[in-house]
Amino acid sequence: MQKHGDTPLKDHLLHTLHMIQQRERCITDESIHRIAAQYSLPVSQVRAVVAFYAFFQTEPCGDYHLFFSNCPACGYEQAGQNLLQMLAHKLNVQIGQTRPDGRISLHETSCIGMCDHGASLLVNGQPLTGLESASIERLANQIETAAPLHNWPQDWMHTDSAVHKTNLLLEDSFVPGAGLRTTLARGTDAALEIITHSGLRGRGGAGFATGRKWRLCKAAAGDARYVVCNADEGEPGTFKDRWLLQQQAERVLEGMAICAFIIGARQGFLYLRGEYRYLLPHLQTTLAQQRRQGLLGKNIGGEPGFEFDVDIVIGAGAYICGEESALIESLEGKPGIPRNRPPFPVTQGYLGQPTVVNNVETFWAAASIIVNGADWFKSVGTPESSGSKLLSISGDCTAPGIYEYPFGITVHQILRECGAMNTQAVQIGGPAGTLIGRADFQRKIGFEDLSTGGSFMVFGETRDMMTVVQNFTKFFAHESCGFCTPCRVGTTLLKHNLEKIATGHGTHLDIQTLRETSNLVQRYAHCGLGHTAANPILNSLQSFPEIFGQRLAARSFTPNFDLDAALSEARRLTRRDDSKAHLDSGY
Amino acid sequence: MPTDQQSFTLDNCKIPFSPGQTIMDAALAAKTYIPHLCHFPGISPQGNCKLCTVKIGTRQVAACTTLAEPDIVVESEIQELTDARRALTQMLFIEGNHICPSCEKTGNCSLQAMAYHLGMEDNHFPQFFPQREVDASHPQIWLDRDRCILCSLCVRASQEADGKHVFAIAGRGLDAQLIVNSSSGKLAESDLAPEDLAARICPVGAILIKEVGYQTPIGQRIFDQHKIDEIGLEQVILAHNTTATRDE
Amino acid sequence: MNNSKLKLATTSLAGCFGCHMSFLDMDERLEALLEHASFDRSPLTDIKTIGNCDIGLIEGGVCNAENAEVLRQFRANCRILVAVGACAINGGVPAMRNQYSLQECLEEVYLHGTGIVNPRIPDDIELPLLLDKVYPVGEIVKIDYYLPGCPPSADTFLHFFEALLQGKTPELPRETLHYD
Repeated sequence: MQKHGDTPLKDHLLHTLHMIQQRERCITDESIHRIAAQYSLPVSQVRAVVAFYAFFQTEPCGDYHLFFSNCPACGYEQAGQNLLQMLAHKLNVQIGQTRPDGRISLHETSCIGMCDHGASLLVNGQPLTGLESASIERLANQIETAAPLHNWPQDWMHTDSAVHKTNLLLEDSFVPGAGLRTTLARGTDAALEIITHSGLRGRGGAGFATGRKWRLCKAAAGDARYVVCNADEGEPGTFKDRWLLQQQAERVLEGMAICAFIIGARQGFLYLRGEYRYLLPHLQTTLAQQRRQGLLGKNIGGEPGFEFDVDIVIGAGAYICGEESALIESLEGKPGIPRNRPPFPVTQGYLGQPTVVNNVETFWAAASIIVNGADWFKSVGTPESSGSKLLSISGDCTAPGIYEYPFGITVHQILRECGAMNTQAVQIGGPAGTLIGRADFQRKIGFEDLSTGGSFMVFGETRDMMTVVQNFTKFFAHESCGFCTPCRVGTTLLKHNLEKIATGHGTHLDIQTLRETSNLVQRYAHCGLGHTAANPILNSLQSFPEIFGQRLAARSFTPNFDLDAALSEARRLTRRDDSKAHLDSGY
Repeated sequence: MPTDQQSFTLDNCKIPFSPGQTIMDAALAAKTYIPHLCHFPGISPQGNCKLCTVKIGTRQVAACTTLAEPDIVVESEIQELTDARRALTQMLFIEGNHICPSCEKTGNCSLQAMAYHLGMEDNHFPQFFPQREVDASHPQIWLDRDRCILCSLCVRASQEADGKHVFAIAGRGLDAQLIVNSSSGKLAESDLAPEDLAARICPVGAILIKEVGYQTPIGQRIFDQHKIDEIGLEQVILAHNTTATRDE
Repeated sequence: MNNSKLKLATTSLAGCFGCHMSFLDMDERLEALLEHASFDRSPLTDIKTIGNCDIGLIEGGVCNAENAEVLRQFRANCRILVAVGACAINGGVPAMRNQYSLQECLEEVYLHGTGIVNPRIPDDIELPLLLDKVYPVGEIVKIDYYLPGCPPSADTFLHFFEALLQGKTPELPRETLHYD
């Protein structure tokens, strides 16, 4: 039967499935039946959950399970070499498969939040960073000699990030407990007023006013209220939440407790993306420490009756769970399919109860704002975007890492300060954000212009932007939850359409179709993923039309597939290679 | 009927509604058609097909899941939306294997009728030709996933109307597929019965009652005699499928 | 007078000639049509090569190399190319083989099926080589008009030609639209 082992995580369905995946290298149908019985769930629901999350596999995986990040900012594919393919070749394993001897499985995965460390991968959940062609060779050796992971070179496991620029929040000498003390002393209404007055807006990128969100939740009718910290930092190129959880988790947790006091919640969740599972021991230590200091648990800060604690729930590889209602579905042990809104989570969230979902950085900032006051926060930034913002800067620059800037800073200035030279493009806010070219570098970071959850990917002039746009387009097709028609079908149509153009087989008609399909997905999709999935294409059609134009085929119409290649299977089966066994490809 | 009933405007018509009613339900109650495939009166709406998308100002919303509000101005029968609905229908065609001439449901199929309604002459997009599993294990009902459009009506009908939990949708993106809640995953081991709403609600030829195909001659099939924009057609469809069950 | 007639070519690729039969269902109305149109390459004339034409009607999808060549010849020679019927438009019934790999299809038919003597996958160079799948014609060449139906009715054909002869853009009346 289920063995809880030494994990103090509560029996969340995702955790139980993770344990089985670890123990048995896959989740078999027998396990699915056992879990369904144990959780009193329909077998189909457990099957649906297993099928939804990329880290769950129904076929046995290898002793070493590798997820190689294909994020373009990390540079795994540069200067004519592709480290992922190199590794696959060295290990003699197909990408996406398990080697027949069961030693290794090699999967591609989207950004794992290590963009400032160069090419990186997860091996059995442990990040390996700074990979280069030489280390690929050594890595393959470790695997072939079955070296235990804890004996691998420690310099591969470097995960801390450099902080290059500080401002209000990083310079705040926050004393643990200070935020809660102020909150308790001022009372809920006054504390809420500080947050509202500060103009703090959600740091995940959408920018909903935090004070308003908390007030709506507080006012909503419900049997219980919940505080959820969205640490599903899946937007490619973002890693500032990972750094905050590594370095300042106590301030994040205190922000959650402040929110809990204001809205009247007793239970909180920190929803951590599966790629960050290695942060768990540290987070659990921090939780224990907060409890010891009376900052979590019962009678927090000596306030009788103020009880609040936080459970960690860990995802299993699904970008869509960063969308707040999908996250809540996942918290409830279901596939992460975004809900219809309204009702919004503030009125009907976790288990149908009023729920605040905020980004890691939002709670972190709120804790400091409570102590230092609204005016302190508003002293920097712009009228519509007050305060400062953490950026995760990666790509073609000399100093990738964490930067804190006041809102209103120009892209141009950021590029100068992060050591980016000959930059042709910047992806702001990740693939779901905005791709800009040189003509737009005077634009400003802020909700009124270029809003961002923190991702800032720099692409130098030697980059092939088509490769970047293709990478992002594939990313969305892979991460679409499949719920609604336009996104489920449209993202794959966009992927194929773009591939045809990228390989030089497209015509003006294909570009026209690309534009039409992009508009359809953008306007008709169910949630934010679909609304933004075509951004890389639409932005590049606007800012980099030449990457499309220079690839156009000479003919006015080209087939959707390579006709000669479509004969290859028949050639093989008949062993024919005569002239009639070939066709003009049509390109 | 309360005299102070609230209303909104749909394509220049005044549509009354009661608080809590969706745009779709209010429109249908006022005998005004908004195209839809995944909506069925009495079953909780989900909004996955997006055919019922309407415009409120510059905003596109699904009529079946958006609550009516006083005095909003809703556009539905406009060229932009008809074009989008046609494209969405074409997407549903190309992602599956919809070979109308070989399908028992032809003439009674809402997807096909919707395509007629929208004037769809071709598929526009390249065909995916996916390989999907057919489940013929049940003695009276078969499940051909080739034609499933993932509308989830059977999932919801089974839960809400039949009090069972026969179907679910599993998998992400294009891998999403209809699965059966039984130990083997086969329909034969499920508790689905031909009388269940879940067995009769399928708008396409994915869930069919066995041994009744092609019984209705051409000319007398549902969409030989009706157009999909007729209000209340759901009852005709259910009645047809019920007759099919009885005859069997 | 003959010179002003529309030149018409037709072919059936991976189809069943049902669309051609339906074309002939225009019956006596064909006579009136032929006052304005004459046939070039077509199974109805048995002319094997196509010349410059105004209209090409393609029945059937594309299942082999020969289909692809013929389709391309039609596109190169026809001012207006029309995809006629379900198979041309989306592959139709022949495309049901796309559920299987070509290898599975050929092995089932020529190696493992019942009653097979001397099992062998045919490899004569005179045989058109099969494509991996059956494709709609629109994925290979540009198509100007679509006449759906399995087959499109004689009325649909007539309506289409009448519009073209009157110099109008053919538009199918909604009530004639059907896919079966």
